[in-house]
Amino acid sequence: MDNVNALLGGFADVITPMNLLIALLGVTVGTAVGVLPGIGPAMTVALLLPITYGLPVEQSLILFGGIFYGGMYGGSTTSILLNTPGESASVVTALEGNKMAKAGRAAQALATSAIGSFVAGTIATAAIVFVMPQVVDFAVTLGPPEFLAIILVAFVGTAAILGSSRVRGFAALLVGLALGLVGTDFVTGQQRLTFGSPFLADNIDVVVVAVGIFAVGEALWVAAHLRRKAGTVIPVGRPWMSKEDWGRSWKPWLRGTALGFPFGAIPAGGAEIPTFLSYLTERKLTKHPEEFGKGAIEGVAGPEAANNASAAGTMVPLLALGLPTNATAAIIIAAFMSYGIEPGPLLLTKEPDLVWMLVASLFIGNFFLLVLNLPLAPAWAKLLRIPRPYLYAGILFFASMGAYAVNAQPFDLFLLLGLGALGFAMRRFGLPVLPLIVGAILGPLVERKARQALQLTGGDASGLVGGPVAWVCYAFIVAVLVWPLVSRLRRGRGGDDDPPAGGDGENPSPEVELARATTTEGRAS
Amino acid sequence: MSTEATTAPEGTTPSGAGPLGRVRDRAQLGLCAALALAGVVVVVDASRLGEVTSSNDPVGPRAMPFLVGGALVVVAVLYALDVLRGGVGEAEAGEDVELGHRADWRTVGLLGGAFALNAVLIEPLGWVISGSLLFFLSAFALGNRHHVRGLAIGIALALGTFYAFAIGLGVNLPAGILQGIL
Repeated sequence: MDNVNALLGGFADVITPMNLLIALLGVTVGTAVGVLPGIGPAMTVALLLPITYGLPVEQSLILFGGIFYGGMYGGSTTSILLNTPGESASVVTALEGNKMAKAGRAAQALATSAIGSFVAGTIATAAIVFVMPQVVDFAVTLGPPEFLAIILVAFVGTAAILGSSRVRGFAALLVGLALGLVGTDFVTGQQRLTFGSPFLADNIDVVVVAVGIFAVGEALWVAAHLRRKAGTVIPVGRPWMSKEDWGRSWKPWLRGTALGFPFGAIPAGGAEIPTFLSYLTERKLTKHPEEFGKGAIEGVAGPEAANNASAAGTMVPLLALGLPTNATAAIIIAAFMSYGIEPGPLLLTKEPDLVWMLVASLFIGNFFLLVLNLPLAPAWAKLLRIPRPYLYAGILFFASMGAYAVNAQPFDLFLLLGLGALGFAMRRFGLPVLPLIVGAILGPLVERKARQALQLTGGDASGLVGGPVAWVCYAFIVAVLVWPLVSRLRRGRGGDDDPPAGGDGENPSPEVELARATTTEGRAS
Repeated sequence: MSTEATTAPEGTTPSGAGPLGRVRDRAQLGLCAALALAGVVVVVDASRLGEVTSSNDPVGPRAMPFLVGGALVVVAVLYALDVLRGGVGEAEAGEDVELGHRADWRTVGLLGGAFALNAVLIEPLGWVISGSLLFFLSAFALGNRHHVRGLAIGIALALGTFYAFAIGLGVNLPAGILQGIL
C-alpha cells in the first residue's frame, strides 16, 4: 500500500496546471517528432533533451514521461502508414498494420494501436509501481561485487543476445567502453585518452555521444542512401473501431502486455522478441487465420501492446538498478546524470519524490496520448510527407543545438561530427548501436564498482566474485559466451562444419530466426 | 541481407578459392584494423600513466584501459576471422534508406562540411546565423532546390530556437555579432 500512497503523492506533485501543460507539450512534441520518418523513440528523446535543460528537474521528468510514450506511439503510426519501419520494434506492427492501411482500414489500425498502447501502458506502468520497489529492496542488499556482476550481465546481454552477431555486438560495446574511459580518472586525477586536450579532460558528455551516434550518425547514413522516391503515405481519417474490432482487439492487447512487460523488465530483454512472440501467438489463436498477411487487426493490437508494455518495463531496471536496457532508457539515464542525479539502487531512497513523480507522469503522458492521438491522427499523417531534405537538415540542426547547449563549447560540435562518422560506420557495417551507448554510460560505473570491490579485499581478486548473486550472474555470462562453441562442436561432430549460408558465422539469435519465420510467412501469402 | 551479400561472389569450393575467396565486403577488414588500432591506442595511452596504487585503490587507473584495449584487439581478431569465414554485417535499413545503390559520398561530404562550418561560426557569428546556414546548406546538400524557401525555414528555425531556448529557457546559445540586436 505504501507504493500506492507514494504514487498518489507523485500524482499530487504532477497535477498542477503548469505541469499538466508540460506533460501535454511533451506528448505532443514527442509524437510529432516520433512520427517523422527515420526518427525512432531514442532519437526523439535525444533530440528533445535540450528542451529540458532550462527546466527544473521535476518538470523535465514530466516532459520526459510525455516524450517517452509520445515518441513510441509516433513510431507505430509511421510503420502503419508508411510500409518501411525504421526501428526493429515496429517491424511487426508494419506487417499487418500496413496491410490493413492498404485495405482501407488505416483508421482501425491506428485506433487499435492507440488504444492498445494506452491499455498496455497503463497496466505496465501499474506493474512498475509494484515490481520496482521489490527490485530496489533486493538491489540495496547488493554489495559492489554483486552489482558489478549485474552490470556485466547487462553488457553481455546487450552485446551478445540482442543483436544478430555477437562479435559485432562486443566490438560496439568495447568502443563504448573506450569512449567512457576518456577523461580524468576519478580516483587519481590522471588524464586518460585525452591526448592533452583540456576539452576531453572533463569526460565526453553522454548526451553528446547519444546525439552523435543516434541523430548525426543516422542523418549521415540516410543521406548516403536517400530513397529517390519517398514511400507512399496512406491517407487516413479519424481513427475509430467497430464493435467487432473491439472484440477482436482486447484479448491481444492483454496478451501483448503480458508478454512485453517481463521482457522489458529484464536486462537484455528488448522489445523485438516480445513483439514477434505476440505476433506469432495472435496468428495461432486468431479466429480469422485467413486475414493474417492481409491485414489482421489482432496482428496490430498484440505487438503494439507488447511494444509499449516492454517500453514501460524498461523503467524497472532503469529506476531500480540504473541499468538502461534499451536505447531510449539509455538516453533517459544520460539525462538523469546531466542533472547530477545518480541512477542506481539508492535512487528510490534518495529521491523518492522524483521517482514517483516520473511514474505518475508516465500515467498522465499515456492518458494524454490517447486523448490527443485519436483526433490528431490525420495531422500526424501529414507530417509523413515532409520533404526529406528539410527533415534531415532539421535533424542536424537540432542535434547541433542540443550538443552545443550541454557545455557551450564549439569543440563538442566537432566531437559530435566525429561520433556521427562513427555512427555512420556502425550502420554501414551492421554494428548494433545500443551496446556502444550502454558501454559509454555504464563503463565508468563498472570501473568504480570494480575498484570499490577490490578495495574491500585489498586487491585480492576474490573481492570480485563474492556472493551467490554474483555467482549466478557469472554462470549466466559463461553460459552465453560458451554456448555457441558448444553447439559448433556438436555440429562439427555431425560432419557439417560449414557455417550456415547467409549467416555471419555465428548462431543467429532467436530474434533473427523469428524475423526470418515471419518474413517468409509474409512472402508466402 | 545487405547488398554486398548479394553482389559479392559466394564462397566457392574451399580448394578453388584464394585466401580471400570467401570474404564478402572487404571493407570490413578495414574496420577490424581500425578496432585493433583503437585497442593499441588505449593500451599505449594507459601504459604512460603513472602507476599509482594505494590501499585505497589497489588496481589503479591503468587496469581498466588495459582490459578494454586488450579486449578490443582480441575482438578485432575474432571479427576478422568471422569476416574471413564469409561473415557480413547487415547494413541498417530504414524508412528513407534505399540500400540498392552505392553510398552517395558527395552528399555526406557536403553535410559534414556544413556541420563543421557551423562549429567554426557558432561563436563568432552566433547561433542564429550559423544555425540558419547549417539548415540551408544541409537541405541544399540533400537535394533541396527551393533556395529561398530553404533559407527562410532555416532563419525561422534559428530565430525560433534562439528566442525559445536561449532567451526563454536560458539554454546556452551564443548571440554572436547579433548581440544587442536580438
